[in-house]
Amino acid sequence: MSAVVAEHDDHHDHGPAKGLLRWVITTNHKDIGTLYLLFALAMFFVGGAMAMVIRAELFEPGMQFVNPQFFNSMTTMHALVMVFGAVMPAFVGLANWMIPMMIGAPDMALPRMNNMSFWLLVAGVLLLASTLFMEGGAPASGWTLYPPLVLQTGNALPFAIFSVHLLGISSIMGAINIVATIFNMRAPGMTLMKMPMFVWTWLITGFLLIAIMPVFAGAVTMLLTDKFFGTSFFDAAGGGDPVLYQHIFWFFGHPEVYVMILPTFGVASTIIPVFARKPLFGYSSMVYATAAIAFLSFIVWAHHMFTVGMPIAGELYFMYATMLIAIPTGVKVFNWTATMWKGSMTFETPMLFSIAFVVLFTMGGFTGLMMAVAPVDFQYHDTYFIVAHFHYTLVPASVFILMAAGYFWLPKWTGHMYDERIGRLHFWLSVVSVNILFFPQHFLGLAGMPRRIPDYAVQFADWNMISSIGGFIFGASQLLFLYVVIHTIRGGTGEKVTAEVWEDAAKHSLEWTLPSPPPYHSFTTPPTVIPTEHI
Amino acid sequence: MSTSDAYYIPHKATWPVVGTAGLVTMLAGFANYLNGSSIGSTMMALGLIVFIVMLTGWFTLQSGESESGMYSTQVGISYRMGMMWFIFSEIMFFAVFFGTLWYTRNLSVPWLGGEGTGAATKELLWPAFEAVWPTNGPGKVGGEFESMGAWGLPFLNTLILLTSGVSCTWAHHGLLAKNRDQLIKGLIATVGLGLLFVTFQAIEYHEAYTEMGLTLGSGIYGSTFFMLTGFHGFHVCVGAIILSVVLFRSWKGHFKPENHFAFEAAAWYWHFVDVVWLGLFVFVYVI
Repeated sequence: MSAVVAEHDDHHDHGPAKGLLRWVITTNHKDIGTLYLLFALAMFFVGGAMAMVIRAELFEPGMQFVNPQFFNSMTTMHALVMVFGAVMPAFVGLANWMIPMMIGAPDMALPRMNNMSFWLLVAGVLLLASTLFMEGGAPASGWTLYPPLVLQTGNALPFAIFSVHLLGISSIMGAINIVATIFNMRAPGMTLMKMPMFVWTWLITGFLLIAIMPVFAGAVTMLLTDKFFGTSFFDAAGGGDPVLYQHIFWFFGHPEVYVMILPTFGVASTIIPVFARKPLFGYSSMVYATAAIAFLSFIVWAHHMFTVGMPIAGELYFMYATMLIAIPTGVKVFNWTATMWKGSMTFETPMLFSIAFVVLFTMGGFTGLMMAVAPVDFQYHDTYFIVAHFHYTLVPASVFILMAAGYFWLPKWTGHMYDERIGRLHFWLSVVSVNILFFPQHFLGLAGMPRRIPDYAVQFADWNMISSIGGFIFGASQLLFLYVVIHTIRGGTGEKVTAEVWEDAAKHSLEWTLPSPPPYHSFTTPPTVIPTEHI
Repeated sequence: MSTSDAYYIPHKATWPVVGTAGLVTMLAGFANYLNGSSIGSTMMALGLIVFIVMLTGWFTLQSGESESGMYSTQVGISYRMGMMWFIFSEIMFFAVFFGTLWYTRNLSVPWLGGEGTGAATKELLWPAFEAVWPTNGPGKVGGEFESMGAWGLPFLNTLILLTSGVSCTWAHHGLLAKNRDQLIKGLIATVGLGLLFVTFQAIEYHEAYTEMGLTLGSGIYGSTFFMLTGFHGFHVCVGAIILSVVLFRSWKGHFKPENHFAFEAAAWYWHFVDVVWLGLFVFVYVI
């Protein structure tokens, strides 16, 4: 199987360009995947540093280090950098690396556009970061950029808006490329219902991205014209409505959070069967559940707006529709559990992170269900309870699974084995500290502590201090991952890894049939045997 | 079969980074311009030039590759999928502004007029306001204005765009039948009708601004009217430019009945612009 590659290259120019220029002009899915992943890792630490500023300020009541305006800029920029700079690009990086190898393709369908999609991402994030140094400071309205507050931003406003446009174009290009690759580049015999779950989840995520990024672009364009060209979209005096912005934003925003969680599900469904040494339980129900979650994500947006003033019929509709999401999500959680049931499990680092994901994501899901109940949400809205909720669905879910994916595929990408002891240390430090960090925030929220404030009443002092301590440990622990990545790239433990890396992995998915590291072009002639153990 | 070594994988792409540099310079320049900085317009112009150079270079490269037969059927399918999903994203972009029009006309303006739970608010804050469309809101933002009627230039423009859709399809039939004359005449007619549309729209805008008091700042009516028709007009311009390039390539004899992706993509785009206009005509002008 692995010998099929590289012999067919002589009729056109292959192999990378020399030097640093290779990374600028590359069209190779692995190079671009690497760029995405490294960029996302860098942004994870930039966004993480902002989180450390937030937790340091909240360590004690009273004003400690930063002024309130800058504090609000930090919460805003932390969110934007983590969402658009870290989590989304990391998953696009995984898609670039893995999808062609998983479906038996030579590369992505549209390689030049792939390059542009990455560099537009960098340009967008640079434009966003530049706002930190502008008169009036970076946007401080929260990542939702609600008017009228966001219209009070200083010089940063048009830069932030154009940054959203660039990030949107980048995401749309990336998503179109992924959808075209999956539909058009599969090896013969790789029918849709034989694709690995990671490919399935990205196909559906691709649809979500193409549908929602233009919506966000439209919303911020209206902010721009309201501020600079005299329109009245979000101004009641002219007949507009600021709540309209919230509707449009969340029509984008709710599917957007699923853009971050569906590929997470895909990676978890890839890793758990390998270490349970069993096929994924309920493959087709996983596919349908993913599609159902994606569909539901478009019809539940106003559950972010229960307290904004909506007709009672709206409150009820969005409440019940939101609760429906628990059904396909429950299907997934039960399927992962059933996959592990009576499996011959081993607990290498990727599996540890994946199991922690199943448990902790479920908890984040349950708090989501609590807030879906509109009358109850009136109490929780804009408190630390929501902060705890979405961080549980993003940190010990999306971020943990990204770590799991890193440990799982680093040996494949580099040909070297990572240090398992440090991996486990990283895992245990992370899983303990992430709970110290976010679990107390549930109590703070239930007790009434509002989000997005730099100072708070003294009764919140204890849990905030505990949360901050957890935050500092969690932040510091992630440096271990940085070490693992560098160490593995530079040779790791020195142990030679096989093509399969993990026991019987090649029965699950095609990438394990290629050597580690795989050749520059994945499959120049299509593979003939399609692994079906994941089904 | 579907993934063979015949799939063309280009290497060492330089246009994408050039395009990115052009785009980010243009947008950063625009942002500087909006903030009142003097370098803004220079940056915008520079970025635009780089962006146009990139488009020219990239498309020249692509058509050259296509002409030398480097693209298999499978590559063609990737391009077609790319174009389809791009048009889908454009539909979602227009959907935002149609949605805004729907929401304001049917929900938020009636609420301002006291519907739902807003009766007391209305009586206290703006008792004189009547919630009838078209409106510029309780604050009469932008002053007195007239709304744009449907049955003058807009109706004429509807006929023009529908005819251009027909001429575009007629040109396509010419291409398929290897009738070069019909192909080129059809495309010239399509581009010409597109330009006529834009000219009429410019006249309409001029009239709105100078005689009807209707501007982008005329409250929510002016905002939705100019945003929807403006973005559409911009898309007509882009479509006309794309069709001009296709016309040029037809004149050079590039397209064959079995291989003419660029023509197809341009035609899809043109029909998309056409359909958006029908939506605009009904929801912005007629109703």
